[in-house]
Amino acid sequence: MAVEVYLNSKLVGTIDNPIEFVQRIKEERRKGSVTNNLNVYYKERANEIQLESSKGRARRPLIIVKDGIPLLTEKHIKQLEKNEISWSDLVKQGIIEYLDAAEEENSLIAFFESELTPEHTHLEITPLAMLGYCTSLVPYGNFNQSTRLNAGSKNQKQALGFYASNFSVRMDMDVNLLHYPQMPIVNTIMHDISDYNKHPAGQNIIVAIMSYKGYNMEDAIILNKGSIERGFGRSTYYRPSIAEELRYAGGLIDQVCIPDKDVKGYKTEKDYRFLEDDGIIYPEAKVREGDVVIGKTSPPRFLSSMEEYSLASSTRRESSINLKHGEEGIIDFVLVTENEEGNKLIQVRVRDERVPEIGDKFTSRHGQKGIVGLIVPQSDMPFSAHGIVPDLIFSPHGIPSRMTIAHLIEMVAGKVGALAGRYINGTTFDAEPEERLRKELLSLGFRESGMETLYNGQTGEQYNAKIYIGNMYYLKLKHMVANKLHSRARGPIQLLTRQPTEGRAKEGGLRLGEMEKDTFVAHGASLLLKERFDSDKTVVPVCESCGIIAIKDNYKNKSYCTVCGENVEVNEIEISYAFKLMLDEFKSLGVYPKLQLESKY
Amino acid sequence: MSDLISEYEGKLPGIMLTEIRENLPKGASDSKIRKILESAYNEYKHARVSPGESVGLVSAESIGEPGTQMTLNTFHFAGVAEMNVTLGLPRIIEILDGRKELENPMMEIYLKKPYAAGKRVEELRQLALQIKETTLKDIAAEFVISIADFTIEVRLNKEKMKEIEVTSGKVVDAISKQLKGYNLRDNKDSIILKARGKEDSFNESYKTKEKIKGITIKGIKGIKQVLPVKREEEFVIITAGSNLSEVLQLEEVDSYRTTTNNIFEIEQVLGIEAARQSIVNEIFKVIESQGLNVDVRHIMLVADTMCVGGTVKGITRYGVVSEKSSVLARASFETPIKHIINAALVGEVDNLDSVVENVMINQPIPIGTGLPSLGVKPQKQAKEK
Repeated sequence: MAVEVYLNSKLVGTIDNPIEFVQRIKEERRKGSVTNNLNVYYKERANEIQLESSKGRARRPLIIVKDGIPLLTEKHIKQLEKNEISWSDLVKQGIIEYLDAAEEENSLIAFFESELTPEHTHLEITPLAMLGYCTSLVPYGNFNQSTRLNAGSKNQKQALGFYASNFSVRMDMDVNLLHYPQMPIVNTIMHDISDYNKHPAGQNIIVAIMSYKGYNMEDAIILNKGSIERGFGRSTYYRPSIAEELRYAGGLIDQVCIPDKDVKGYKTEKDYRFLEDDGIIYPEAKVREGDVVIGKTSPPRFLSSMEEYSLASSTRRESSINLKHGEEGIIDFVLVTENEEGNKLIQVRVRDERVPEIGDKFTSRHGQKGIVGLIVPQSDMPFSAHGIVPDLIFSPHGIPSRMTIAHLIEMVAGKVGALAGRYINGTTFDAEPEERLRKELLSLGFRESGMETLYNGQTGEQYNAKIYIGNMYYLKLKHMVANKLHSRARGPIQLLTRQPTEGRAKEGGLRLGEMEKDTFVAHGASLLLKERFDSDKTVVPVCESCGIIAIKDNYKNKSYCTVCGENVEVNEIEISYAFKLMLDEFKSLGVYPKLQLESKY
Repeated sequence: MSDLISEYEGKLPGIMLTEIRENLPKGASDSKIRKILESAYNEYKHARVSPGESVGLVSAESIGEPGTQMTLNTFHFAGVAEMNVTLGLPRIIEILDGRKELENPMMEIYLKKPYAAGKRVEELRQLALQIKETTLKDIAAEFVISIADFTIEVRLNKEKMKEIEVTSGKVVDAISKQLKGYNLRDNKDSIILKARGKEDSFNESYKTKEKIKGITIKGIKGIKQVLPVKREEEFVIITAGSNLSEVLQLEEVDSYRTTTNNIFEIEQVLGIEAARQSIVNEIFKVIESQGLNVDVRHIMLVADTMCVGGTVKGITRYGVVSEKSSVLARASFETPIKHIINAALVGEVDNLDSVVENVMINQPIPIGTGLPSLGVKPQKQAKEK
């Protein structure tokens, strides 16, 4: 029976000898006479051959196998090592080819060379290829649950590290830089491939798995104060401020300078104290929120005919750049240049050193993230017989439910690596076996279980249990309390509603929402509820005769109603400003909201 | 003894007094009875809700919080004849909204003694089949409209008819009862319908054809499926589809225990008190099936508010909420503009005597500590001299 042939889902003809045809296509592709973007799939069930060369298909490279022997030989590998040939040469030579999901259905792919039989058509390049970049950075990943691998690779993307070696001359927005970053002792082949030691993102530390006075409950971690003082987890936060001398219509221009006192919107002298004569701050100045970094004035906003003749028209506007709420630091770098249009451009970079504190987030590479719960003086930390003090204490309750076995193996591997002075290969599916590490640990004079007797740092007593302790690679994540901490008792309010502003950046209030309100009602705490919702309370005069908000003239001490005139009784009532707004909106809808006043008692 | 108890009439609810009367040990001394009554009275006083307690909101929170844990799945019965049951949040919403059309109407038909025992299995099967609705569509093989004279021919499926024991004569009877203005001719394996008087147009015949498909030939209208189930020592018939008034008329049915999950039917057939109880039962059933724990009294309060008006009203803007006296309270729940415009048209006055309005205008809410107020109006002091 003739087999239908489809090219990119369009019927192009029929063929009588499908197997031969498919084989021919494959051979031509490997030879290079047909594009290597072409994939072929013989769908026996439907009695059709599907040829695909369209874009948008996920394809992956595999080594071609013939008669149970892979086409990639030692010779090729040597050539690759000497840089004589490249990947694309292998593709051109028909040693490696890309398969799409459909053609994979017609193939038999071996994971390892040792598994090859004559039936196999392809060989996996490495099992690691099934993982992405970040996931392959997790050591002993094949010992973890897959969800933890996902979490682990997500965490690594948020880690602080050494992102670029020219950082000191760059003006990136919101950058964190880890101090003393290290190459992990337990690494994977991906660390080598990606030159991880040129941009590392963590530090090797000693971790003990134990409870410590309940301060590491619920994924919290305990940090050794001594370690922090020695530089663990320190980072610097960089943030540039940018100002431009913009040109306006009529030949007017912004001016970078220390603003004169008669400028509209002049702050206070104190705010400008760091500015030098050119209106720009000097490096190494210690600045806090509100301090002006670049002084600038702008021409008046509107040049109306009225103002043109008045004295005020010459007044320039203050438009300095100052540090936002909650920001502080030291001026690190000042750059004066010009932009594409030739306008003067000033960039000032602020640096702020971040020492680990309670609330900062740390993680190992296994999705075991946690927040610092307590920082303990080194003298109070547990210690081993060798005098080793852990840098970090991790809670044992984080292990059973998450089943991150690799976390435990990494501790042993790290310990061996640190003691033997070598890096340990922890590549997923291709790692140094755990048994060998344990044997080596024993030969180095430690218990092969990885556990040690620890002593209470405060009393000197031996702990009853042996404590699992080892070396791990820990990462500091970019979520730091300093950027999140927020509280408010009083502060800015919105113009329209007179309610507190929203959000940390605007020093906003913390909303007591609908459901929280319900709890007050449920407790019958009526007056407390009223007090909590007092943030926008106002006292308004109301005309008794028409029931609409009247006007009170405090200067003349007189009240009158815009509708009924002066000879009416006006009383003051206390309502929320939001309600007053609603009454106004009713009026705009053409609805007359009449307030009928009544004695409260 | 009885006069001791009657002393407490008005102090304790009647149902408690009868319970005490029934459970008193024989020959209990008067002083002991007094002690019992006194402690019962104290317990009762203690259990009462204090004035100003926001019972509604506590109920809402007590039902709402476990509601967040409920699943959205419908549950399937295991077995040959599968039946769908709406459970979880969708069912609760269905009940509280007071919907008239349920997603899965169901009945539990309890039977009188001889039938319930299930010894005569064949009889039980017969009964179940008798209840199940068969429409003309089920037994017809084909509907044919003749374009020549606009008659409708219904060709019957003889095998199906045999199965449910219907003859073509019975079918003709059923059609003539439920369809007026047509002459019927029984051809044994087909029935021909012809309009009486003037001839039908094609459109009309088509409409009639669609209409007669739904004619009930046998059984009770609305009962789509029947499933006899053994529950403890007796047999119960569970049905998909519900028709309480007709099922109750069957001789074999125990009308005391037979129920439906359609609250509106219960309201119509058995009255508002029964409907209230069935709301409580149905909600409680769902909450229980999810393994949650909510005090019945919260559910009873909800059922009460739904039924106080004498008819079942859903907790929607058309139901309970529309009954609120405060304009602002109604406006704060869905479609505010509609409520405000309508209030403006008739010049409605909001007396601000409920919770929501007072939260809005930032005044103490009349609940708990905000409830008590002075009962005496102080006179304005006469101006001195």
